[in-house]
Amino acid sequence: MRLLTHNMLACNIKGVTNGYPLRLEAEKWVEKEVDFNADFLRGVFPKIDWPALVGAARALGFHDLLPVDAPDPSVLASDDELLRRFHRALLQLHVEEGGLVCPETSRRFPINKGIPNMLLHEDEV
Amino acid sequence: MWFLCVFFHRLLDYRRPEVESLAELFGAFGPAEDGGRDHPLSLEWSLPENHHIDSPFHFVDLPSEEVARNIARRSLLVKGIYELWGEGATHNDLEKAIRCFPEERKSPYLKPESSFRIIVDSFGKVMSFQEQNDRILGLGYIPFKGRVDLSNPDHKFWLMEIDDYGENNGLPPVVVKRIFFGREVGAADRKLLPTYQLKSRKYIGPTSMDAEIAFLMANQGLAQPGKLIYDPFVGTGSILIAAAHFGAMTMGADIDIRIVRDGRGPDCNVWSNFEQYGLRMPLSLMRSDNNLPPWRSGLKEVFDAIICDPPYGVRAGGRKSGGRKLLKGVVDPYTIPEEKRLDHIPSTASYSLVECVNDLLELAARMLVVGGRLVFFFPVLRDDVAADPKFPEHPCFALIAACEQILSLRYSRYLLTMAKTGTYTEEISELARKKHLEFRENHLKWMEEGNLHSGVFAPAGSGTTISGKAKLDREGNKPKYRGKFV
Repeated sequence: MRLLTHNMLACNIKGVTNGYPLRLEAEKWVEKEVDFNADFLRGVFPKIDWPALVGAARALGFHDLLPVDAPDPSVLASDDELLRRFHRALLQLHVEEGGLVCPETSRRFPINKGIPNMLLHEDEV
Repeated sequence: MWFLCVFFHRLLDYRRPEVESLAELFGAFGPAEDGGRDHPLSLEWSLPENHHIDSPFHFVDLPSEEVARNIARRSLLVKGIYELWGEGATHNDLEKAIRCFPEERKSPYLKPESSFRIIVDSFGKVMSFQEQNDRILGLGYIPFKGRVDLSNPDHKFWLMEIDDYGENNGLPPVVVKRIFFGREVGAADRKLLPTYQLKSRKYIGPTSMDAEIAFLMANQGLAQPGKLIYDPFVGTGSILIAAAHFGAMTMGADIDIRIVRDGRGPDCNVWSNFEQYGLRMPLSLMRSDNNLPPWRSGLKEVFDAIICDPPYGVRAGGRKSGGRKLLKGVVDPYTIPEEKRLDHIPSTASYSLVECVNDLLELAARMLVVGGRLVFFFPVLRDDVAADPKFPEHPCFALIAACEQILSLRYSRYLLTMAKTGTYTEEISELARKKHLEFRENHLKWMEEGNLHSGVFAPAGSGTTISGKAKLDREGNKPKYRGKFV
């Protein structure tokens, strides 16, 4: 699971109103190469929840990879170094084993073999 | 600029839409204003005189030779796109036409320092080697000055004939003989089909998408580098593999964790399929339910295309969350003891096609960028609606193409290509819900649970599902021209 996916997912248990961001527990992660595409990154940037991305990167031990405050889109247009860091955090870090924990209910969605299991139990739908 | 576009004689319904999608991909319609278009754009086409629409020979207007070359190279169903130098009913007519073709458009390709090759081809008949040779020698009036190179020529010229080949051989009827001569601008690379064919893929399932169709779907979805493509029914990943081949980033989800996570071992799973072809891995595979997607609220417009083959319940049925609770029909939810929660396997309920398609349209309306494409298969019982199939609609989408593939006498599937034309809002959501209810009420009883399956597998002669035409077939009066059966 890449951090892009983490950024998109929330706990959707019935009645949960505050199921985002999911706390990332990473037991094992690897880095997988993804083709760098600046246009894609600039296009997806406004849709990313920046604090959630920073938090997820920290959960993998990257404390300084990204600035805490979301950069201005104009900075992203000119700062190639920052764009590459964003690329690495968003697309290349891949969590193999771990879990996603709902901030409201503490329900843990397991991640095994890189696949987050977001399916709900019968009493959660 | 008009070109001769020659198709392979297969998947007839898919041929022009594929070229039109690729034309958009390669910028034939100019830059899109504000990312989306109100109306699907189409190319101008024409047919040679007296030709059947299913003929392999079509003329198409494209803005440049470069666009034509790009389309032909990426296409699966275009045999070649040619600059037509002449055509005629006889070789004499052809000679006159070629002589009249402007000198300045011929001479750059006839220079002494270039190499060339002439290929003789025919549709619906076989020509002996001697006949082919005679045809080439008969072109002596064209002043070729270059060197012949059969293996790697600079320019390829094609002499193509279509003849009155009699009836009842399954090919579209021909009224008069026609001969075409042209210079090849680009040709399809179908070598990728043997590379990707399912029989040599490590991990496949019973409904893995055929490689050729998967590539057509990826073309309809405008897959290219820098685009993010999502398949909510990913299965063994066969559709995403085609999208990844064209350089797109991919994401997939499936409700069945055995398929998406475990496969058949560490070297035989969805990841290994991508590895087998040296493709970039999907950005994400996950287990989730299309009926209850786990996207955070406020998230929208992230995918450039959603391409999928929803479960219709014929070969595989759809599942969604919430099985036991619904089955029991009790108010109190089924609760799982605390100590068993970790390894609990949630039961699922069946997921009717009508609900599935509605969820898919809602997902696409929310999650696609404006101008993005939704490409999916939609099954139709052929008796019910054969004349005028009704497709689901959504106020955010314009239908660009509906391509039929006949699967049996009973049913066929349409590849629907829709483009998102407007942003998703609350009002639109309400409008869409009304449209869906109306659609559900009026057209699609067979999309309810199990009905398509019974329609397809009903015993012969049991009445309503067998049309008069199908009965005729059984008695041996096969229609002369098989059309879309190829």
